Order: sequence, then structure tokens, then C-alpha cells
Amino acid sequence: MPAPAPRQRPSRKLLVLLLLGCFTLITLDVRGGEDSPVNPLRSAVGDFFGPIEAGTAAVIRPVVAVPQFLRTTARLRRSVARLEADNAALRGELATSSVARNRAAELDGLLATSDRTGYSLVPARVVAMGPAQSFSSTVTIDAGTTSGVYPDLTVLNNDGLVGRVLRADRSTSTVLLVVDRDSVVGGRLGSNMELGFLRGRGTVGDEGKLDLELADGAVTPGRSDVLVTWGSRSGAPYVSGVPIGTVTSVVSSPSRLSRQAAIRPFVDFTALDLVGVVVDPGTASDRTLIEAGTPMRSTGEED
Amino acid sequence: MAVLRALALTMTVTLAVVLQVAAFGHFSYDGVVPNLALLVVVAAALVRGPEFAAVLGFAAGLAIDLAPPADHVAGRWALALVVVGYIAGRVRHDAGTSAVAAVVAVAASSFIGTSVFAISGMMLGDPGVPAAEVLQVIPVAVLYDVLLTPFVLPPAMLLFRRFGSRQVAY
Repeated sequence: MPAPAPRQRPSRKLLVLLLLGCFTLITLDVRGGEDSPVNPLRSAVGDFFGPIEAGTAAVIRPVVAVPQFLRTTARLRRSVARLEADNAALRGELATSSVARNRAAELDGLLATSDRTGYSLVPARVVAMGPAQSFSSTVTIDAGTTSGVYPDLTVLNNDGLVGRVLRADRSTSTVLLVVDRDSVVGGRLGSNMELGFLRGRGTVGDEGKLDLELADGAVTPGRSDVLVTWGSRSGAPYVSGVPIGTVTSVVSSPSRLSRQAAIRPFVDFTALDLVGVVVDPGTASDRTLIEAGTPMRSTGEED
Repeated sequence: MAVLRALALTMTVTLAVVLQVAAFGHFSYDGVVPNLALLVVVAAALVRGPEFAAVLGFAAGLAIDLAPPADHVAGRWALALVVVGYIAGRVRHDAGTSAVAAVVAVAASSFIGTSVFAISGMMLGDPGVPAAEVLQVIPVAVLYDVLLTPFVLPPAMLLFRRFGSRQVAY
């Protein structure tokens, strides 16, 4: 290493200038709130970084998949045996529940008063994940306004609810995960149709759990009870009937009126890849929409 | 030469910010990824001094604040990295002499940067992060940054030395 330059006093003026710049920006963004003057800048930067992030993710994906090629035949065989057993069990379950399922399908048909028969999904891949050092759980997906994605749309994947679209740029959008601390989702208990609110804990790791607060304090959620979304008017930000997670523990404290339950989400938030954004059927999009013919909770064809 | 220099700087910062969110997301520990932009700013501070590093820290921090999927108040990472660049630049005469000193500088910078970001969040309530979680994240972040130091710091320092002149470049 060459000898450093002789010691000299660094300019204070510059530091003060930069710090003032930071404070100005923070103030502008905080005071602005929803329509902050920083937002146009944000979307411009998003349009620049979005395609680069998507390209990088496309390059990285095969590299990350390498360990999967190295699985041994024995492990694959074991995996096949386990899956076959699972399949058989599920087939049996399906056969016995077909009567109940048919009745539910009929009821769904009655309830579907609008001509809207199901959800349409814009397929997208997760290309970037916000670092935990920023203390917010957001991801970037590679579908933007040109694909028909707009703020306040529901995002889900094979396993269940992922989150909602926070901001959409031209070719990418930012998704707020349900485990984020700012996220609140209306949930419905599968066993007794009771309503409650789910709040994220802000961690995406293994203990990434959600807190459920039930509206009715007298109701006790059962263990491994399933939660689905409750839905909002005109499906924004959350459509109804998307599975969220299962109840793992229930805590009741005398200081609170309602019961608290911890929910383990179905979705693995550290391994997010393919997701779908729920859009209105017939949305103009530059990619093929996945149309579900019937409501997804009765067919499960949404993937 | 000035154009080339600006282009190289922009590309380095862009690469660091993009890799941080798009590539290292797959190798995160509970969501914590190495802060490559911070490592680049520390490298700049060790080679070029506090003024240059503070300006670069402002630009890199702004990129983290505005590039998707960031959702916090803009300017918070810029503030953190300006502070990091300035402090690392002030101690560079002690830290720029040996590998161990450089690693210590990175660890201290990582600690200061993440802490400034977390504290600014607590003051703004954006979002209200409990101190316990901050204390969980910071050690992992520092450790990850130190682990990546041997791979990021030498090439970054080489780059700044190559594109550096004695007079400051901004």
C-alpha cells in the first residue's frame, strides 16, 4: 500500500452540506406522506434499477439451483416414495370429502352474483429482496404497470398469501410482505368463520410469524386452525379466500380484551420465487394472464 | 477521463446495490445480507479520504433508499453512509496500513452505519422497530460484512486507486 497523503483537515463544510441534504430529503419524504415529492424520483430510480435487478436475478437463479443437481438418486427415490404416499393419502381424503366439496361449490355458485367467475393472475418472479438491515420486509417482482400490475393488488403463490403491491413502476413493482411490521390483513378462521386482524412481526426467518387479534374476545382459535383472507371491498388490497397460515399457539392475557394467537404462514418468505398478482379478468397485460375458471378455493387451479 | 471516472463510480455503486438485493437475497441469514454499498464506501474512504467517501456515501445511500424494493423514508441510508464515509476517512491513516486494521474499520463502519439507520428509523417511527430486534440484526450484519471484506475491499480499493488522482474528483 502506498503511503497515505499527508494529514490535512477534511472540509467540515462539505460534511454539513451532505448531512443537510439527507435531513432535507428525510423531511420532504416524511411530511409528504402518500404523495411525497420524492415519489417521482423513486419511480425514476425504480425504472433504472428494476431491469438491472431482473437481469441479475436471471443470471443468479441457475447458480443458486446448482445444489439441487447434486442430489443423489437415493434421496430422489426416497423423495418419490414420500410424495407417492402423500398423494395416496390426499386422494383418499379427496374421495371422502367430495360430497362436502360439491355442496360448497354449489353454494359458491349461488354467491357469485357478479359475472366475475374467478381471479386472473399475472405471473411474476421475485428478483430482489430488501435486506433485514433496512427493517422492512419488501421484495421486488419483475412485473410492472406494462403487465397490468398496480398498487394495492393481492400477491399470492402456490402456498398462500404473500402480500400486496405497494408501488408499481414500469417493469417492476414493490411488494409488501404480510410479515412486515406495517402489514395488517383481515383474516377469517376456517373452523368458525370468526374475523380478526393479522399483523406481521417484521422477521422473514424461520420464526417469521404473524400475530392474530380476534374481533370477538370470547372466541378461542383452535391449534392448527387455518386462516384465510377476509377480503375487502372490490378486492383491494386483499381478495378473499386466500389461505394465510395455521394457528400455532394461543395466548390470552387479562390486560387485553381480545385473544392473541401466533400464526405460522404457509408461505416460506426466505425462498420466494414464482408469485401471482391478482388482477381483474381482462386486464391489459403484456404477458399471458393465468385465468382460473372457477373460484380458486374450490378448485385450486390458480397455479 | 473525468467522464470515464464518473462512469466507473456509477457502475460500481449500481453493481453493489443490485447484488445486495438481487443476488445475496438467496444467501441471507434471516434476511440479513452483506451491505456491499457500505464496503465500497469504506474502500473509498481508506483510499481517497473523508470528503470523497462522504459524497460517494451520499450517492450510494440514495441509491439504496430509492431503488426497489426499498420502502423506508428516503435519505436514511444516505445519512448513515455519509457518516460512515466521513468517519472511516478520518481514521484512514491508522486503518489503511494493515489488513487487520482494515477489517476493524469495516466492522466499526458496519456497526455505525446500521445503528445510524436503525436510530433514524426509531426517531421517525418508520416503522417502530423494537431495540431488541435491532440488537439481533446488527451483530449478524457486522459479521457478514467482515466475512465479505477480503473479497470486496481489495478490488474496490484497487479501483479507487486506479481512478484516483491526488486532487479530489467530485
